[in-house]
Amino acid sequence: MAVWDAREQLLTGFGITLRLTLVAAVAALVLGTVLGAMRVSPIPPLRWLGTAYVELVRNTPLTLVFFFMVFVAPRLDIILEFRTSAYIALSVYTAAFVCEAVRSGINSVSTGQAEAARAVGMTFGQNLRLVVLPQAMRSVIPTLVNIFVALTKNSSVAAGFFVGELFGLGRTLAIRNPAEGVAMLCGVAVLYLIITIPSGVLAERLERKVAIAR
Amino acid sequence: MTAPVDEEPRAAVGEPLVVLDGVNKWYGDLHVLRDINLSVARGEVVVVIGPSGSGKSTLCRAINRLETIGDGTISIDGEPLPEEGKALARLRADVGMVFQAFNLFAHKTILENVTLGPIKVRKQKKADAEERARELLDRVGVGHQADKYPAQLSGGQQQRVAIARALAMEPKVMLFDEPTSALDPEMIKEVLDVMVDLAKRGMTMIVVTHEMGFARTAGDRVVFMSDGQIVEENTPEEFFTNPQSDRAKDFLGKILKH
Repeated sequence: MAVWDAREQLLTGFGITLRLTLVAAVAALVLGTVLGAMRVSPIPPLRWLGTAYVELVRNTPLTLVFFFMVFVAPRLDIILEFRTSAYIALSVYTAAFVCEAVRSGINSVSTGQAEAARAVGMTFGQNLRLVVLPQAMRSVIPTLVNIFVALTKNSSVAAGFFVGELFGLGRTLAIRNPAEGVAMLCGVAVLYLIITIPSGVLAERLERKVAIAR
Repeated sequence: MTAPVDEEPRAAVGEPLVVLDGVNKWYGDLHVLRDINLSVARGEVVVVIGPSGSGKSTLCRAINRLETIGDGTISIDGEPLPEEGKALARLRADVGMVFQAFNLFAHKTILENVTLGPIKVRKQKKADAEERARELLDRVGVGHQADKYPAQLSGGQQQRVAIARALAMEPKVMLFDEPTSALDPEMIKEVLDVMVDLAKRGMTMIVVTHEMGFARTAGDRVVFMSDGQIVEENTPEEFFTNPQSDRAKDFLGKILKH
């Protein structure tokens, strides 16, 4: 059977997809949290910058972000490997959504928490790091899972930009064996599920573990 | 490490510690603080009372700049309140605050609630901060709850932890913003007992409250507010037995009748 015969190639693609997703998830989580903090900062220019980023990136199709990285950036003398461009495009794009999730999490923490932190003499940064964000992140775990599941699937856009990830390889294989094309793409779909389903389960466990009674 | 609050050498009682001078505040058109002049001496316990909406909570919160003011000045130990930033954070570390809603850090244990400020703001060693925190928790009677989370404690216990948290910073003055208003009646006493003890130890306190019993036992002075103004100031005895203004007579008549 063609799917089984192609397992090594599919697994290579799976590995690349997994790496794209994990690296972009971590980078987007860090960048998105920083942006979220900027959006609630007492310094207006930081707030504006955060808002501008979110509005610009969130409202741009991911394909266009990739297009910019792969075709426009080289004209500005920014020449990157295709794989690197894909990491950046996915991270930059996903960070906008993480930022909004983090911001809604911050808004869900009662103002009394931040006031108590200010009253013991914490600076804005300490307040955010030690009191507000730890509580905010707990409440947005389900939203973050949604974002990371979307990221996993979004990573397939990289296939159109010269990265041989799971979907791209699957498509090539399907075209080469038209008779087994459907089976091949089903195999690809299953491999995506192998990433997304466990991450959902894991997140649910994490959510229960860090839950705080209010 | 600095010495515990109760052993700290104090400047002479009577020297002004918190001074409000011509303080005004507006919420849009609403004039919530009207020309407030108030001086609280070191070691003094000032009880602020008045009807709802009289501005007493706003006054209390303005003292550590959780509320900004329109004009006038507020200074603490001779230092005017700075703008938001590092200097203000430093000053707030010296001003303990106890909230109506307790506001314990929900994701931290009771012990961590008390040590967080000393470790992160005062840069104390963890072991020192914990030792001092346990002493304070014992003093307010919740020492055995140190490893629990706030939500596992009763309101009265949470408020006593909140007092311990403020004391751990070794503040120059403690602000209480209606500390017993969110409590069931049987828990009010346990919190007031801690506050009375604190007053006896010489802590400078500004207490916004409806507890007239506390004002009589522990207060050095009662400040009566109405419509954003300080209407009357007197010793508790004088104020309760012989109020001067009609507004105060009316207020006392309403609350003391039942």
